[in-house]
Amino acid sequence: MSHNRLPQAQGLYDPQFEHDACGVGFLANIKGAKSHEIITRGLKILCNLTHRGAAGADPNDGDGAGILIQIPDALYRAVSPFALPASGDYGTGIVFLPRADEERAIGMGLMEQAIHDHQLKLIGWRDVPTNNSTLGRNARASEPVVKQIFIGRGSVASNRLELNLYLARKRAENSIRAQLPKVAHSFYICSLSSKSIVYKGMFLAEQVGVYFPDLSDQRAVSALALVHQRYSTNTFPTWDLAHPFRFVAHNGEINTLRGNINRMRAREALLAHKDIGEAVRDLKPVILEGGSDTACFDNALELLVRCGRSLPHALAMMVPEAWATKANLPRNRKGFYEYHATMMEPWDGPANLVACDGERICAALDRNGLRPARYLITNAGEILYASEMGVLDYPADQVERKGRLAPGRMIMVDTARGVFFEDDLIKEELASAHSYADWIERYKITLDQLPAPAQPAIPRGQQLRQQQQAFGYTMEDLKILMAPMCVDGQEPVGSMGDDTPPAVLSAQSKPLFNYFKQLFAQVTNPPIDPIREEVVMSLVQYVGSARNILEPGPEHCRMLEIDQPILSNEALEQLRQADVPGFRGTTISTLFPAKSGTTALEARLEQLFVEAERAVDHGFTVLVLSDRGVSAEQAAIPSLLAVSAIHHHLIRVGKRTQCSLLVESGEPRETHHFALLFGYGATAVNPYLAFDSIQDLVDTGILPQLDGNRAADEEHDAVYVYTKHYVKAICKGLLKVFSKMGISTLQSYCSAQIFEAVGLSSQCVKKYFTGTPSRIEGVNVQDIAREALATHRIAFAPLVDANRDLERGGYYHWRRDGEHHVMNPEVIALLQHSVRAGDRSTFRRYTKLIDEQSRQLGTLRGLFKFKETTAIPLDQVESIESIFKRFCTGAMSLGSIGTEAHETLAIAMNRIGGRSNTGEGGEDPRRFTKDANGDDRRSKIKQVASARFGVTAHYLINADEVQIKMAQGAKPGEGGQLPGHKVSEYIGKLRFSVPGVTLISPPPHHDIYSIEDLAQLIFDLKNANPKANISVKLVSEVGVGTVAAGVAKAHADLVTISGCEGGTGASPLSSIKHAGLPWELGVAETHQTLVLNDLRGRIKIQTDGLLRTGRDVIIAALLGAEEFGFATVALVTMGCIMMRKCHLNTCPVGIATQDEALRKKFTGKPEQVINFFTFLAEEVRELMARLGARTLDELVGRTELLEMNTAITHWKSNGLDYSRMLAKPKVDSRVATRCIATQDHGIDHILDRKLIAAAMPALERKEKVSISMPIRNSNRTACTMLSGEIAKRFGREGLPPGTIDITFTGVAGQSFGAFLSEGIRLTLIGDANDYVGKGMSGGRIVVRPDSKATYAWNDNSIVGNTVLYGATGGEVYLAGMAGERFGVRNSGCKAVIEGVGDHGCEYMTGGTVVVIGKTGRNFAAGMSGGIAYVLDGDRHFNRRCNQGMVDLEQVSEAEDIAILRQMLETHAALTCSPIATSLLGDFDNARKRFVKVFPHEFRRVILERTGKAKAAKGKEAVRV
Amino acid sequence: MGDPKGFMKHTRQSPHYLPVPERLVNHEEHIEILPEQQVQNQASRCMDCGVPFCMTGCPLGNLIPDWNDLVFRGRWQDALQALHATNNFPEFTGRVCPAPCENSCVLGINEPPVSIKLHEVSIVDKGFAMGWIKPELPVRRSGKKAAIIGSGPAGLACAQQLNRAGHQVTVFEKNDRAGGLLMYGIPHYKLRKEKVQRRIDQLAAEGIEFRFSCTVGADITWAQLKGGYDAVVIATGAEQPRDLPVPGRDLKGVHFAMEFLPQSNRANWGDADIAALHPAKQRIWAEGKKVIVIGGGDTGSDCIGTSLRQGAASVINFELLPEPPENRPDNNPWPQWARIKRISSSVEEMTANGGQVHYSLATKKFVGENGVVKGLQTIQLDWSSGKPVEIPGSERDWPCDLALLAMGFLGPRKHGLLEQMGCAIDERGNIKCDPSTRMTSVDGVFAAGDARRGQSLIVWAISEGREVARCVDAWLTKQESLLPKVRIEAFAY
Repeated sequence: MSHNRLPQAQGLYDPQFEHDACGVGFLANIKGAKSHEIITRGLKILCNLTHRGAAGADPNDGDGAGILIQIPDALYRAVSPFALPASGDYGTGIVFLPRADEERAIGMGLMEQAIHDHQLKLIGWRDVPTNNSTLGRNARASEPVVKQIFIGRGSVASNRLELNLYLARKRAENSIRAQLPKVAHSFYICSLSSKSIVYKGMFLAEQVGVYFPDLSDQRAVSALALVHQRYSTNTFPTWDLAHPFRFVAHNGEINTLRGNINRMRAREALLAHKDIGEAVRDLKPVILEGGSDTACFDNALELLVRCGRSLPHALAMMVPEAWATKANLPRNRKGFYEYHATMMEPWDGPANLVACDGERICAALDRNGLRPARYLITNAGEILYASEMGVLDYPADQVERKGRLAPGRMIMVDTARGVFFEDDLIKEELASAHSYADWIERYKITLDQLPAPAQPAIPRGQQLRQQQQAFGYTMEDLKILMAPMCVDGQEPVGSMGDDTPPAVLSAQSKPLFNYFKQLFAQVTNPPIDPIREEVVMSLVQYVGSARNILEPGPEHCRMLEIDQPILSNEALEQLRQADVPGFRGTTISTLFPAKSGTTALEARLEQLFVEAERAVDHGFTVLVLSDRGVSAEQAAIPSLLAVSAIHHHLIRVGKRTQCSLLVESGEPRETHHFALLFGYGATAVNPYLAFDSIQDLVDTGILPQLDGNRAADEEHDAVYVYTKHYVKAICKGLLKVFSKMGISTLQSYCSAQIFEAVGLSSQCVKKYFTGTPSRIEGVNVQDIAREALATHRIAFAPLVDANRDLERGGYYHWRRDGEHHVMNPEVIALLQHSVRAGDRSTFRRYTKLIDEQSRQLGTLRGLFKFKETTAIPLDQVESIESIFKRFCTGAMSLGSIGTEAHETLAIAMNRIGGRSNTGEGGEDPRRFTKDANGDDRRSKIKQVASARFGVTAHYLINADEVQIKMAQGAKPGEGGQLPGHKVSEYIGKLRFSVPGVTLISPPPHHDIYSIEDLAQLIFDLKNANPKANISVKLVSEVGVGTVAAGVAKAHADLVTISGCEGGTGASPLSSIKHAGLPWELGVAETHQTLVLNDLRGRIKIQTDGLLRTGRDVIIAALLGAEEFGFATVALVTMGCIMMRKCHLNTCPVGIATQDEALRKKFTGKPEQVINFFTFLAEEVRELMARLGARTLDELVGRTELLEMNTAITHWKSNGLDYSRMLAKPKVDSRVATRCIATQDHGIDHILDRKLIAAAMPALERKEKVSISMPIRNSNRTACTMLSGEIAKRFGREGLPPGTIDITFTGVAGQSFGAFLSEGIRLTLIGDANDYVGKGMSGGRIVVRPDSKATYAWNDNSIVGNTVLYGATGGEVYLAGMAGERFGVRNSGCKAVIEGVGDHGCEYMTGGTVVVIGKTGRNFAAGMSGGIAYVLDGDRHFNRRCNQGMVDLEQVSEAEDIAILRQMLETHAALTCSPIATSLLGDFDNARKRFVKVFPHEFRRVILERTGKAKAAKGKEAVRV
Repeated sequence: MGDPKGFMKHTRQSPHYLPVPERLVNHEEHIEILPEQQVQNQASRCMDCGVPFCMTGCPLGNLIPDWNDLVFRGRWQDALQALHATNNFPEFTGRVCPAPCENSCVLGINEPPVSIKLHEVSIVDKGFAMGWIKPELPVRRSGKKAAIIGSGPAGLACAQQLNRAGHQVTVFEKNDRAGGLLMYGIPHYKLRKEKVQRRIDQLAAEGIEFRFSCTVGADITWAQLKGGYDAVVIATGAEQPRDLPVPGRDLKGVHFAMEFLPQSNRANWGDADIAALHPAKQRIWAEGKKVIVIGGGDTGSDCIGTSLRQGAASVINFELLPEPPENRPDNNPWPQWARIKRISSSVEEMTANGGQVHYSLATKKFVGENGVVKGLQTIQLDWSSGKPVEIPGSERDWPCDLALLAMGFLGPRKHGLLEQMGCAIDERGNIKCDPSTRMTSVDGVFAAGDARRGQSLIVWAISEGREVARCVDAWLTKQESLLPKVRIEAFAY
């Protein structure tokens, strides 16, 4: 099988969801001195980053690697068969060409023509020598013909050479695509420049140099080498998608890609440039479809740079730092960013970007700093930059400085000028080029600068109920959604998942919004915490028309800035009636005739296209799409359809950027609605009916009046306040929705279409929601009209029954005449009756109710049918005991459910040989020993979630399976919070936290921002417990298959695909309802993608998400799953009656509660759970017999046994098409279609094996041992396996302190000392990388520079990011600076550090941290416990500290002084730190410069505990 | 939901019954509804379940959690609106419904359930007291006419719903007052007749026409009726009583319950001729008599309470079935209807007066003198095999002056209207209907209530009436009806 390019979309696999991430680096001589050495050592960097890349099914198949260097003129001059002009007067580039001679010849001809068209001169084609002997199967199969093209300057001016080379390349690409469409993908020009050249391909790191002998030729010299090694989630790596691209190599992910592409496409219509003229058409499309995110980024960057902006300028424009909020930026620098923000939205996502134009190399980090970036400068003028330290060795005395790139920052090496620039200098130079701040002041306006509207805002309409009915409002919308938002200013919370049918299967009319599911980040990029990391978030929007992006000048910022996008009625009027230069508003009605049938809507859309275009042509820049005026005759087009259709139409006709679309609609009322409107092109929304409804809620008394209501005072006016709260709740909700995808700004979220449609026909999607994935087809635009008209009819029918109010809903809570719920009263009652009585016949009635969905469809799988096959006798089918092994219970933490329920599940699962899951939150070690009667309360699956509560080596070693929870079905992409009042003594003990103190689970794992990070965590956990299987839990969404492929390549043993229906925990309602997909799609996509990649054989697929019956299990198996999880149903067997009050702690059956009295009501028995699984397994066996399968393995992935049940018909579901779900990848028969092998975790020959051997006397006899050895960056996760050994033998207590003493010299790899156990003392002389001391529960880590180092320790980096993540104990002394998120979620470790980056001590719940150096922004965000003592050198620490949860105090109490002194003394003694020594030299004065960071709650709890509550009452925190 | 922890703070309270001696002095209602604040506290016990099983217990699908919450918040008028959204006559069900909702209340799993019925009756009583319940006239008339035969709860509910949909409704009633069993069956002390009448008055004011003392099939024939209406609904109830064909059945003093109870109700209303409803114009009165009530259901209970109030010398009750258990047996789990021993207020009164319920007892014969009953003979049954087996030698004689037969009903009377129509009857003796359209075998003729489903609860009758109205509306307008749909089958657990 050959992959010249990514496979076509097939089945559920779609190449647009490929991700990549990787290792990146560069080496340069700052002074520009060229050498061959730079190239060879550049390639060595690559090899030392090998662990960050990935290999496919064939270990010799790399995902791609490459190098960018300056043109090695001497080499080319020597080897090229033709004469070359002077250096700099010719351009060259490596070209990948098809192997078919004829096509190749035609294509080369087209290229030559394009060169000629742009006045350049072809010099000739050189056959590039290559050596493919080491390549893997796939790489070799897809190997192109590799030639090098040489192009002379011809008549082109030398300063235009690069531009013309660019134009020629673009033209060549376009003409090849036009004339050779079928093979166009086989032509690829790696680069074309007179300054730089890219060598790359589908390689492993070490293959680059082997494949291209050019690179080892001594005549090849360069002053710089930019290298990259790729880790593609999928294994369809292709030659062309290897990095570097023409300018850029990138580690990370652009989350906003779809929006960036759409917008760039919209801008094309206005592109013009004085130097290009007519040829501007060659530039289009600027971005080639089908490229990776980096390729697209590179395309856009290239446009900006080639058309006149400098490399740092273009980068700062595309990846701006978080300039808007709380940044104390100089005025003109802020002006620079703001000016460019009006021109271009950020390309947002985790990104370590390195860009090179042949002379300058820039490196930039995204605003969140989510990728590691370290650098080192030698006193000889060489700079090394890489994702890790240690990729090249330098003697300590040659190092001038060691730094890291901070979030949003940039560095630049200018080899022409011979200067290294730091961020401030670069940005200052950029900002001073023009008076940006003045421009902004002159042109940018805000709402209050617009004249007051001539016409006042439209007053509240009559017949509110009728309008509400027409827009499909239900009582639940008012009571469950809106009222809580109005009161609390945040979204309401619910629990127990979503068991209602997808909109397309519902018998009820559903808002069009419900056909869309929010996408979210998992693994390939991290979600953001929009609350604790608010500093990077922004809701600012710009209204107005855009201009030619290539033309500089102040006019671009003639924009109207709004600080959030929910417009009041008054604000909308201002915009609608605006008529000032640049802003002319007009209204377009989105109503359609209600009586003309279902085709009227479509016809009306066509008219709207004409009206919108006409408005733009007439110079209107603000188009208000309004559905005001719904009446018996006029119905509203669903607002989402109206805005998206017009948005896409205007893009198609090249008029989109000339106007802003505002939506004035009665329809949107919840966060999801707004998110969709923005996601599909709206700039701002006026939800007039929502506002009217709030007024009504107050008028009717549903929302109470406020105390002291005074009409004159708007802060006491209930309607004003509630409306404000509602808008705030929506805004917070929006931040949450896009932070889930790792997007920080509304501007980039806008039109980014981060959604999947479920149940919309592709015809409809293609025209109105272009580019949105929709995989099972579904309703068309007429059906949408029918649905809209159904609600309209109810509103305007003549029937009047005063008692008939809004529909009750039944969408959130079951209502008898409301929406169908699969877990309905009959189902719950029958299940409970059957398992309590052990009655099979009742169980059959239960499964029949669920399985037979002819009356009411509830799930996608309801529409499946088994094909008739030859049955076998039941006794030939494998036993229920063997089926039990595939069953497990879902991850429910002790905390979310009570101890009794948690242990009942564990006992039951252990009795039958299945597995229960701890959930997040640790496990009581008492459960690690069996009961007297042989019952085992230990959960075999131990979960590792983002907060790492209770995760220690001892916990991990007691697992059979360790599950990394990347996302959970109920709220993928979100974190959680356990309020202090629920943190009981017991829970506090298990989580190593202080009882009574709130515990926050961050949205991302702070050690997983990218796929290679996940591989690292898997490696860490495998080290901690080599016997446990490692599983990764993902949530079903489009693209989950490619993520799973990445997970397989990261060597996980098992991947869990959770469906969105499940989820027992508390979550925001909008997440329960609108994020994630059913498991059917996720399992099918995962299976297909893994098979297509030949990765399926080494990983098992498990699924969960409201599996209920034997039929569900068999369908899951046929779609590709091998193991099955049950949570909701397991709870129901123990008595859960789906109260959906888990979040209130009031579970009346004692399951989901910590309340002692309520827990006494728990009556669940292990036997009930066992009965359920027994009946289930029996049913599975019966179905297996019917399908003729002796073992479940025989059924895995056998989709040919399934078909759609055409007997079930419903007007909405009739359009569904499951063929993509049922597709089977066409692969070689040797490709495994189920798991048949185990992963190679690469832990057989690691450093720890030697350590364990050396430490045997300690392990066996507790004798002291001392070890010393060198270490390097490829020695990852040092001492973790050893710690696991200690935990296994000696439990959590470990060995006596210092039993094993180890000294390393060199640069340690990632996760140094992770999960360290008590008894080990580590000293590292050198540096360490990310994740030092992750999860350590004891022991001591010391890292200090070599004594020969000449630089100032406290100004230079010594460790990387995310140090001490989730540590629960031990001590750490680090004599240098750390990166971002030092001490994140620390709950017990004592640490001294000499400087930290942003987000220090984030989410900390315990332990003590002393910082004796610089601190970054947002220190102590979400810190609820523990104490930090921070040296406040510049007296501005308070500006950098997030004081949301902490107080800042002086260090004046004797106890504090003693602790600080003792820790500094230890630090000084262990590291010989100069700064610590000097501070101690004058400690009494020095301690006054320290600030104590003291969390409020922690203080309260400590005071309560020490009985000093009364004494402290009057005491105010001393603000520093 | 108002107070998530309400159920942890308050214990169940239900309406107080007056002490037995005070109850028996007259036929007035003997329940004392709780004060408003206490009712609100009780309403806070509702947990606003994610899956409110109470709604499965209630055949009407009453929006119980919704109005419980409104009561808790003191939003009585909104509560009334929500209550009326599914139940046309909550003042009836709030008094005499056995409250299957409370039986399936989730709190009932391990605590006394929420006092749902108390809230219902409190809401509607307050609604009447405050004058919130007024006639609601349709805004538009469809021009279609519908006849409803029978004015029991099913017929009345159907009439009100159809009228709201704009159709012109005429109700035919064989008696001189509307209400059916509400008016003539249920004793005054459980449901004061003024409370029935005020609802009928509302319906009349809404434009529904009542034709009293008009038995369709006798006073006017089917042929005369059918031409005048676009649709006809039969809601004549299940009037055919189950008889006890044993020797002595024809003795004077042996009567069906429904010969006895209407007379008492008429007497309480002040009607002079209380014997009017007996086929033989006989006056049946318990005063001074030794009364034996045969049948342990609700009707039997009503006979007991009525006899005691009339001044019976003694009252005892026979039940064919064995004595049910005090608590749910394992094979009868929540939320199934609990087959446990329930002591009605009448049985309580009987016990206080020296009577009792005798279980597993079959009546073998009535013994009389001069054609008047003087006693009866029973035999004890053994149910241990699951079937009744007479225990030899367990015969026993009982003195008796008045024997009331309350052994259930066997569907609608077949002679008269149904014969004239030629309407199909199902295997259980009820009117056969298409389950989804509710139409009988005769085009344009529908059936509802006990006539269709056999004897049942008032709450079922209202539910049937509402559902048939929706079906009739759809049939008349030839499009999907906007009247609310009522789930018509019971929940299968």
